[in-house]
Parts: sequence; structure tokens; C-alpha cells
Amino acid sequence: MAVADQIHERLDAAFSPRELRVVDESEKHRGHAGYREGGESHFQVTIAAEAFKGMSRIARHRAIHEALGKELVTSIHALGISVSD
Amino acid sequence: MTDARTQIDETVKANDVVLYMKGTKMMPQCGFSSRVAGVLNYMGVDFLDVNVLADDAIRQGIKDYSDWPTIPQLYVKGEFVGGCDIITEMTLSGELDQLLQENGVAYDKDAAEKIREANA
Repeated sequence: MAVADQIHERLDAAFSPRELRVVDESEKHRGHAGYREGGESHFQVTIAAEAFKGMSRIARHRAIHEALGKELVTSIHALGISVSD
Repeated sequence: MTDARTQIDETVKANDVVLYMKGTKMMPQCGFSSRVAGVLNYMGVDFLDVNVLADDAIRQGIKDYSDWPTIPQLYVKGEFVGGCDIITEMTLSGELDQLLQENGVAYDKDAAEKIREANA
């Protein structure tokens, strides 16, 4: 499964978001640090879910890291996150 | 505590504002580190930059210290504030101004306003 699909699946399962977009932006970083052949290194996540209500910015990001799992988070080079409740 | 952890703990407590980043504030080596260092520089914040690329133990140690998987990481008065996305959001919302003010850290208010105007 593509990494973007894995991210999508895990976040969908964890937060039942009303909006969720996962974009693989790896190609934008071709030639820069962290780029690797085949891509799947840079992702941008936009997520909106009730589950984030009342959580601080850091807590929201931590919850997302948690849902994705340590292995996935450390295997990709960059993960941009935009969260709303 | 491991050596890296002790070293990090001492650094973030001895300096009001510390940015763990890839590269230095004068020569960042990653777009995300560059963005945060750029904001702090522009806002005239006096901060210590720690280049994690210069020390593998610190590079891993800072992730363990904050339980946060990415770099850059900003610390104010020993407290972890966030990474690139969070600092960007806090800059645009004015929360970063508030945090600096509360902690008695000098910064250029006009410069902060200019960033917000440019990104409105």
C-alpha cells in the first residue's frame, strides 16, 4: 500500500475526521535534503475532526503521531500537519 | 539521564529561547528549520541555535527529550513549544507574541505584524 494511503487509513480510523487530505509532496523536494528516489518522503496532512476539540496544538500533533505509529513517522522525512476541530 | 539528555536539559534551561535545527541560524540546511529560524531572526528574537547535524547524539536525544519525532524544535524557558507547523500557526495567530511576552523575551512587535500582514 502506498504510504499516503496508509496515513489516510490510520488517521481515518483513529479520528473519524469530517475532512482528511493526505498529499504526497515528495516530488516538490526532488534534489533537496531528504528526497529519495521513488518519493514517499514528504507528506502534507490536512485534517478536521471533532476529536481534536479542547486539545492544545502540541496534543493534537502528538495524537496524530501516535495514530500513525512510530515506525511510519520515523520512516518518512517530513510530515506537515494542519489540524482543526 | 544519558549524557545527551543532561546536555539538552541544561541547554534549554540556561537559555531563554533555543532552537534545535538542521544547520545554523545563519545557514539553515532544511526548509522547515529555515522557516522557524527565519521568523525568529525577523522578529529580532535573541535565540541559541543548536545544529543537530553536528552531533548524532543530540539529533536523536532531542527527539527523545520532547517525545517529538521531528526537527526543528523550539524551546522557550525550558518548555517545548512546537515544531515548524505549530510555530508558523502561532506566529500568524499572535500566540507566539503572547508567549514571548509572558516569558519576558524581547521581540520586535512591528516585525511580527508585518509577517501577519504579508500572510493575511
